[in-house]
Amino acid sequence: MTTKSNAQAIGEKQAQHPLDDLLRTDRIPHIWCPGCGIGTAFAATLTAIKDSGLDLGHTAMVSGIGCSGRGAGYAKLDSYHTTHGRAIPFATGLKLANPKLNVVVFSGDGDLFAIGGNHFIHAARRNMDLTVICVNNLNYGMTGGQVAATTPHLAKTTTTPVGNPESPFNLPLLAYASGATFIARWTIMHGRDMVESLTEALLHRGFSFVEILSPCPINYGRRNKEKPLETLKLYEEKSIIKNNANPLEITLDAEKGIVLGNFYKESRPSCIESYDRTCRPDFLEQSS
Amino acid sequence: MKPAVLTGEHYMTGDEAIAEGALAAGCLFFGAYPITPATEIAERMSQRLFGVGGTFIQMEDEIAAMAAVVGASCAGVKSMTATSGPGFSLMMENLGLAIVMETPCVVANVQRAGPSTGLPTQGAQADMMQARWGSHGHYEIIALAPESAQEAFYETIRAFNLAEKYRTPVLIMTDELVGHMSERVVIPKKSAITLEDRPRPKGRKDRYLPFEPGPNGVPPMAAAGEGCAVHMTGLTHDAKGYPVMTVECQEQMVTRLVNKILDNRHDIFSFKEYRLEDADVAVVSYGISARTARAAVDEARQEGIKAGMLKLDTVWPFCEEKIFELAQRVKAFVTVEINLGQIHLEVMRAARGKAPCVLVGHAGGALISPEQVKAALRSI
Ligand SMILES: Cc1ncc(C[n+]2csc(CCOP(=O)(O)OP(=O)(O)O)c2C)c(N)n1
Ligand code: SF4
Repeated sequence: MTTKSNAQAIGEKQAQHPLDDLLRTDRIPHIWCPGCGIGTAFAATLTAIKDSGLDLGHTAMVSGIGCSGRGAGYAKLDSYHTTHGRAIPFATGLKLANPKLNVVVFSGDGDLFAIGGNHFIHAARRNMDLTVICVNNLNYGMTGGQVAATTPHLAKTTTTPVGNPESPFNLPLLAYASGATFIARWTIMHGRDMVESLTEALLHRGFSFVEILSPCPINYGRRNKEKPLETLKLYEEKSIIKNNANPLEITLDAEKGIVLGNFYKESRPSCIESYDRTCRPDFLEQSS
Repeated sequence: MKPAVLTGEHYMTGDEAIAEGALAAGCLFFGAYPITPATEIAERMSQRLFGVGGTFIQMEDEIAAMAAVVGASCAGVKSMTATSGPGFSLMMENLGLAIVMETPCVVANVQRAGPSTGLPTQGAQADMMQARWGSHGHYEIIALAPESAQEAFYETIRAFNLAEKYRTPVLIMTDELVGHMSERVVIPKKSAITLEDRPRPKGRKDRYLPFEPGPNGVPPMAAAGEGCAVHMTGLTHDAKGYPVMTVECQEQMVTRLVNKILDNRHDIFSFKEYRLEDADVAVVSYGISARTARAAVDEARQEGIKAGMLKLDTVWPFCEEKIFELAQRVKAFVTVEINLGQIHLEVMRAARGKAPCVLVGHAGGALISPEQVKAALRSI
């Protein structure tokens, strides 16, 4: 599907990017730094939206605040750039108020798992009908590289100048424990796998979560002696693809390996289905 | 299944009347988080909303409840939440988002005594300034303050109408005393209730600008899923909704948001003048304290004191012109409110030195007695 739409686009107009119809081209250039991985994760997300065949007029993107949180601003969809950490509850209201919408949350690890962590676990618990895409760059990019809930132990950031004394969350494991029903992790180096996984996540009914590892050379890389290319090399050399892996074994570690894959998929009633069955009188009447 | 408008005579609490007012106004989404003394609003909505085709959800906190309300409104649905002090504090950031995204919604604050956890089950009116500017940045807000269950019903309908008409959040600043008091509430026929809907875009969808103001300063609003590819952000933005990080754009956006309320203030204002025609002293009050004030005015009149009352239905924006007009003909103002001087200071500001202003208030947790007000009236 991707190749077909690419070819079509190229055939139409030489200068057009294949994702132009999904991009607010009047907002380009974007704000992302050279060597940043967010653009790749974002392009993969738009490609997956295209490939999934979702009705674009009924697809909305919601972001929080951060470099990754700028995503919604570039998507030519109904798109909402909300407050820091609150993309998920905003998206929950949007989806519940109009269940016909496909609602995609695109945001950063700080946004979704530090300030917004409580919303993440509750949306997963509810199996809320959302696709949550987290660009994990191991730090707070936008504010200049502070420690995040995903920063590795001993890594240097502007607020852990001698190294991070704390330990990070393992995001897919957290998603699993919280009740998410589609869980995956990829890196921006795994283009095709990432797009396929995102497409599956978008078509999944219930709460789907994809973590995308992405370099922040300007803030994280620089302070941890990782040149832009070195981070990508690390993704390539250290990654182990293990679809359906035991969530307890999906390490994200330079030594033990970076385990990637589509880890988990479960079919259980989504939040909206459960509400319909439990609370809506027409359903109650039918069943009685 | 019960209809949205429960036409008839009822005996219900102020909290329940707010829920019924919301349903009568067409509210179809409620984002909840329990807190005394507002919980009964959520409970009533959880029983009633699904039956009228709406959705109720108890979120994980008030931050989430408010965010969900703004999201639901962006999907085109009339939405609300209800809370009290601590929860109101948590809602502030996303209230600001609703102001800047121009998203209609209603927030009821059933005030209890603070600061902090305070007196959870006892009433106060001490969040009035937080209602004014509790979220960061400069903005105007609409806040209403019903004094009875009956008023709570009608003012909730008015809150939704104003929210829709002006694309803005509207606060219902009631209090524990109104919220928990059971009284007679008459709900009219559905046909007797006038409802407003947000202005909708007309014309070509690809030319629609989500923040291009209409004649009254209010831009038409497209919902998600309408095919307009709307973009909304909390950043300072232009008519397209795109971020523009300049002083000029900031000036334009913020002044328009402020003037949208101020230029339409006479439509937003509602106040009741009681025995003011020949009054020497104007008592100013709102919410539950207006009932104290009214009783005190009547009793003072029996003692020969020419007292009258200005009862504010709309507290924000503040009716400065009305106060100034009264200031030229009364000898003094007495503001009655359950705090240590909030609207009192507004009255002082608006009176511009033309008449002295006295406060009858306390730190919260109980009604003010008419005796206290009469004592103030006698001393003038
Ligand atoms: C309530 C609030 N607190 C703090 C901030 C400042 N802030 C903006 S972005 C950000 C962190 C973003 O980090 P992340 O979500 O990881 O995104 P990235 O920039 O790394 O893509 C912070 C703390 C804010 N905007 N709002
Ligand atoms: S600061 Fe980091 S995350 Fe943000 S745009 Fe630059 S490289 Fe990307």
